[in-house]
Amino acid sequence: MRFILRRLGFYLIAFWASITLNFLLPRFMPGDPVSRMFARTQGKMQPEQIEALRKMLGVDTRPLWEQYVDYMHNILTGQMGVSISRFPTPVTEVIASQIGWTLLLGGTALVFAAIIGNLLGILAAWRRGGAIDSALPPLLIFIGSFPYFWLAMGALYLFGVVLGWFPIRHAFTDGLEPAFTWEFIGDVGAHLLLPALTIVLVSIGGWMLGMRNTMIATNSEDYITMAQAKGLRPGRIMLRYAARNAMLPSVTSFGMSLGFVVGGAMLTEVVFAYPGVGYQLLNAVQGLDYPLMQGLFLTITAAVLLANFLVDILYVRLDPRVRSN
Amino acid sequence: MTTAILKQPIEPTAARKPNRSFVHGLITNKKALVGMIVMLVFIALALLAPVLFPGEPSRITAMASLEPSPEHWLGTTAKGQDVLALTVHGSRSSLFVGLTVGFASTFIGILVGLASAYFGKFIDEALSLVTNVFLLLPGLPLLVILAAFLPPGLGTVILVLVVTGWAGSARVLRSQALSIRSKDFVAAAVVSGERAGRIMFREILPNMASNVMSTLLACVIYGIGAQAGLEFLGLGDVSTVSWGNNLFWAGNEGALLTGSWWVFVPSGVCIALVAFALALINYAVDEVTNPRLRKIKTPKNTERSAAK
Repeated sequence: MRFILRRLGFYLIAFWASITLNFLLPRFMPGDPVSRMFARTQGKMQPEQIEALRKMLGVDTRPLWEQYVDYMHNILTGQMGVSISRFPTPVTEVIASQIGWTLLLGGTALVFAAIIGNLLGILAAWRRGGAIDSALPPLLIFIGSFPYFWLAMGALYLFGVVLGWFPIRHAFTDGLEPAFTWEFIGDVGAHLLLPALTIVLVSIGGWMLGMRNTMIATNSEDYITMAQAKGLRPGRIMLRYAARNAMLPSVTSFGMSLGFVVGGAMLTEVVFAYPGVGYQLLNAVQGLDYPLMQGLFLTITAAVLLANFLVDILYVRLDPRVRSN
Repeated sequence: MTTAILKQPIEPTAARKPNRSFVHGLITNKKALVGMIVMLVFIALALLAPVLFPGEPSRITAMASLEPSPEHWLGTTAKGQDVLALTVHGSRSSLFVGLTVGFASTFIGILVGLASAYFGKFIDEALSLVTNVFLLLPGLPLLVILAAFLPPGLGTVILVLVVTGWAGSARVLRSQALSIRSKDFVAAAVVSGERAGRIMFREILPNMASNVMSTLLACVIYGIGAQAGLEFLGLGDVSTVSWGNNLFWAGNEGALLTGSWWVFVPSGVCIALVAFALALINYAVDEVTNPRLRKIKTPKNTERSAAK
């Protein structure tokens, strides 16, 4: 319990830090975002928009701490202001309409990459020097060396444009009404497949190598020798004895990778024009939509922290050593 | 700013000859050798770029979107720039940013890690907290937000990448420094009244040279990849020639949609080759220094290697 509380405290601090960062960035950065925006929109902004911006970016004359308190209060009550580029939609509404797509894309990719990668790692460590162990790691490191977006663009070009196997943009066909019908779900799946595949392809290597290296250490433990001496089936020793104990670091990196789900899928979303938060974040940056930018960043951070907290709770379930102290 | 600070702490490791068997192990390791040769080729290309392709690489020299030919080995872009010249010149910015980011992040990582491990208690708690917070904040969105607020330019790119990249190295180096901190010879140095700085940099640091090295390699890989990603999103300094910007323009000019793959392939392959070479060296450092991953012929392993 103490462990959980400690972690909770830590996540709260981390969240506070990111809110504060968000608050301070526009106020202390060289250059004035508001004037940049005025120049860009050339007086086409409505008074409400200017007012919203002023409030968000702290272009007001009140003392800093008062603005800070105000800002904190707004964030904690879920008032993230109004989007500039999609005026007058509130930032929270824009985000809510998009986070689902990101979770779908990133979550699918993460789960598949973790399962396949860990299984390959287990097999590689179990048969050290075997086919999987000697051929796959260099190959996967090599694939992992390519920039995500580059591979994604290549895949998009090859499978989407040249071969025409997959749709090349968006999460579902334009004009299709979102509904729980097989037609719609199938369409979403078709749009999901290629982006998810590219993420799985590049991230599988990390999982595999991590698992392989922990597993090699576990394999030399005495209880493995003991299990072999008892005459247990090798498959059982591999999965129930060695892999099970080598899983913990993977669980931790699963938590960390959730950060990748919401944040890192950004490049993939941009390449495939997938309507998730990452794609929206880039649009917000390009459109100088500062309120939306900040709202998205906070949402992404909050999602990452929450996911990590859930993994911590899971960790307590899995590792008795954490529970006992 | 970065290069000046960088020199002091890295030197003690470099000046003090690391274990000879370590160097020997690296040179005789096939992975490391391949990695180092690839890196040397790229560094040579970067240095020789002004000689090989004199003049501004982004100037328009030919017809637009030409396929690879004897005059233009890698063809031309939609604007009529020579792709080979862009690619070779691009290595300069990409390697420079990658190395600077790598050294700077590793340097901060060393400082934070050593201070954490040496002083312990409150300082450790505080530094670990900051490290963990930075580790947890989603990297790419933070990168994008920072780049959006700061004025565009090479300095911004480097700063932003260091801010988002140092925490990982700090965490790794801290845990290594902690285990060395508890060794007897460090206790002896403390008792004999050596100054804190001396113990940290002269006693502890040289003993984690291999960790520092693999952290450095990982940070350089991160730097090159993240710079390319940032520039691809159009958030770098669009006026410079670098691999990331080449890809940004390729995307912007619709190189793939018009089928001019030669504009798009070279820069990506270069990034991949450099990252792969560094990863190979890193992998080799791991193998040379971690006895469990090395292929030694212990009785238990001989059967398996014989079977292979």
